[in-house]
Amino acid sequence: MDLSIASILILDGTTNGAIYGLLGLVIVLVFSVTRIIFIPEGEFVAYGALSLSMMQLGKVPGTIGLLLILATLAALMNGFESYQNTKSPGSGGLAFLKTLWPSLLVSALTCLLVPQHPPLWLQALLCVCIVTCFGPLVYRVAFQSLEDASSLVLLIVAVAVHFAMTGLGLLFFGAEGYHNPPFWADAFEWQSLRFSGQTLLIFALSFFLIVALWLFFEKTLRGKALRATAVNRTGVRLVGISSRQSGNLCFTLAAMICAISGLLIGPTTTIFYDSGFLIGLKGFVAAIIAGLYSYPGAMLSAIMVGIIESFGSFWASSFKEVIVFTLILPVLLWRSILGGSHEES
Amino acid sequence: MNLKVKLLTALVSCVLLSQAWADINIGVSLSLTGPGSGLGIPMQNQLKLFPKTIAGEKVNLIIMDDATDPGKGAANARRFVTDDKVDLILGSCVTTVAAAMTEVASGAETVQLAASPVGVPAGKDKWLFRLPQSNTVMGYAVVELMKKQNIKTLGFLGYSDAYGEQWLNEITPMLDKAGIKMVGVERFARTDTSATPQALKLNLANPDAILVVASGSGAAMPELALIERGYKGKIYQTHAAATQDLMRVGGKAVDGTFVVSGPAVIAEQLPDSHPSKKTAIAFVQGYEKVYGQGTRNQFAGHAYDAQITLEKVIPMALKKAKPGTPEFRNAIRLGLETMGHTVFSHGVMNWTAADHWGYTMETGVMLKVVDGQFKVE
Repeated sequence: MDLSIASILILDGTTNGAIYGLLGLVIVLVFSVTRIIFIPEGEFVAYGALSLSMMQLGKVPGTIGLLLILATLAALMNGFESYQNTKSPGSGGLAFLKTLWPSLLVSALTCLLVPQHPPLWLQALLCVCIVTCFGPLVYRVAFQSLEDASSLVLLIVAVAVHFAMTGLGLLFFGAEGYHNPPFWADAFEWQSLRFSGQTLLIFALSFFLIVALWLFFEKTLRGKALRATAVNRTGVRLVGISSRQSGNLCFTLAAMICAISGLLIGPTTTIFYDSGFLIGLKGFVAAIIAGLYSYPGAMLSAIMVGIIESFGSFWASSFKEVIVFTLILPVLLWRSILGGSHEES
Repeated sequence: MNLKVKLLTALVSCVLLSQAWADINIGVSLSLTGPGSGLGIPMQNQLKLFPKTIAGEKVNLIIMDDATDPGKGAANARRFVTDDKVDLILGSCVTTVAAAMTEVASGAETVQLAASPVGVPAGKDKWLFRLPQSNTVMGYAVVELMKKQNIKTLGFLGYSDAYGEQWLNEITPMLDKAGIKMVGVERFARTDTSATPQALKLNLANPDAILVVASGSGAAMPELALIERGYKGKIYQTHAAATQDLMRVGGKAVDGTFVVSGPAVIAEQLPDSHPSKKTAIAFVQGYEKVYGQGTRNQFAGHAYDAQITLEKVIPMALKKAKPGTPEFRNAIRLGLETMGHTVFSHGVMNWTAADHWGYTMETGVMLKVVDGQFKVE
């Protein structure tokens, strides 16, 4: 192994690591605000990438059907709840429409635009919108009524959502994988390294998203409300922040980041309906190493996971998953020695 | 007297009824979900075109999904033999699942027609017959072409699962005999985000050719990684990659790849002298009429061959016993062993009591990707 090989491996690892990092951020975000281990994030990634593949074929992706069903369901739940609280059909109807309109709008736009073969960036934008709409709806339908349940119950529900979404993914996209066209097809040579436009795009967007998230959490009221929810759920309710709205917002953000990750990774590899799980799992490893609370920690450890994976595939490709997932053991050991035992605190 | 007549009528109607009930039941377990669904779904498509009756007897196909899970496959097989009392089991299309079903099927003395090359040792496979070509048969075609192309060193980039392992195990002795040296063995998984490190390592060894062992659309990613890293040698793919998905995902970059395949997929291009030409064309036309141009697939071909098999064997077995009985199941097994040379869409099958694989070494066909199309090499 010489320097040029090492640098190629590091570049490859960092590229994948940046994606894992985004997913690690999502895990940390969702867990700290809602205490849900966001297992279905991989499906959001795959939905994002594969919806784009479907649009490339000029087909309206099957995700639209699911989106409408979920939106109607969530709208009915919200409308009914609002009606029960106020006993006024007007406010029930309003809540119904308020939940329904974003999904309706996105679906209508998709159905109108996709058959016209719009440019790639517009298709990508539509994909992000579709998958982002899924976020709050999944939260509403699966998690909201359980917000006070234990982490374990939430984890089990998350696993159930993951299986349901994988199965539906097979239904929508079929068993075969797709390879999306790159958003930026140019490539740059620098010594022995070859930077494809897509790689640069992954770095740029990951960096941008991290900065945007940081600004959001530090500078905006909503972001501060999210951070407050993460610190103390009872406390925020006392000062008038709705933990439900926080959950909603955090799932919206999570779904959006997942969709963007899916679009970013789609051109670098073949994505199958079930590809997302393993990608998300590596993000999860990164989030665990970061202790499920530190955003920069998650990003850094994700890049480390990516690089270790890359070197692992080079030296012992049959054991590379073993190597990546064994990483978690010493970290867990270290953390449990450091933190002592405080279950469910 | 009256009573006697009544009794007789009752008896006769009983016999008649039981005969009407004695349809032929076939348990089908396919991977319709999970990683193997790319293989199972085309088979199910072909089975939808299965005839309703064979030799005047009604044939019921009981199709179950095994979710590419060996445990589920074994449970399906158990259900077939205990609840449905099937006369034959078809499936599964994934080796590990089919292997899990073998135990159950042979325990219940029911023939299993596996659509995957299950590697049970000879003698233990009394009730197991394989529809696909063994990897040895396919590997033979690959190694023969390598010898012709004067390839001396080979790299291996395969799935880190049973499919990759089987190919490696079966092709290694053939390579030794042909004097081809294996200079690198690398693994990857279908859902990996990158195969760059493996490609990099193989590129350093710089073999004359690289064999990629992967299936369907998963086969393109490692090949793209090899080409992106500047690999200039020949690239070979196995029969699981012999679908349009290779070109759909790989695009222009996979031009020039050598792919081994069963004859069914390239029906029209077979030389007129090829025994399977007519059958393969019949299969392709029937399938593509329903599912669209270019949808043909190796595994749909195996389902078609299962139909050919049953249409030949069931009339033979019906002469010996009634469906639903152990005698009938045994008659099916004997029928399969004695039916002799039978033209399949995938070649000429000749199962015997000693050989439950059946295909000769010359069954595999080498194809080359030229301008996004398979051409016989």
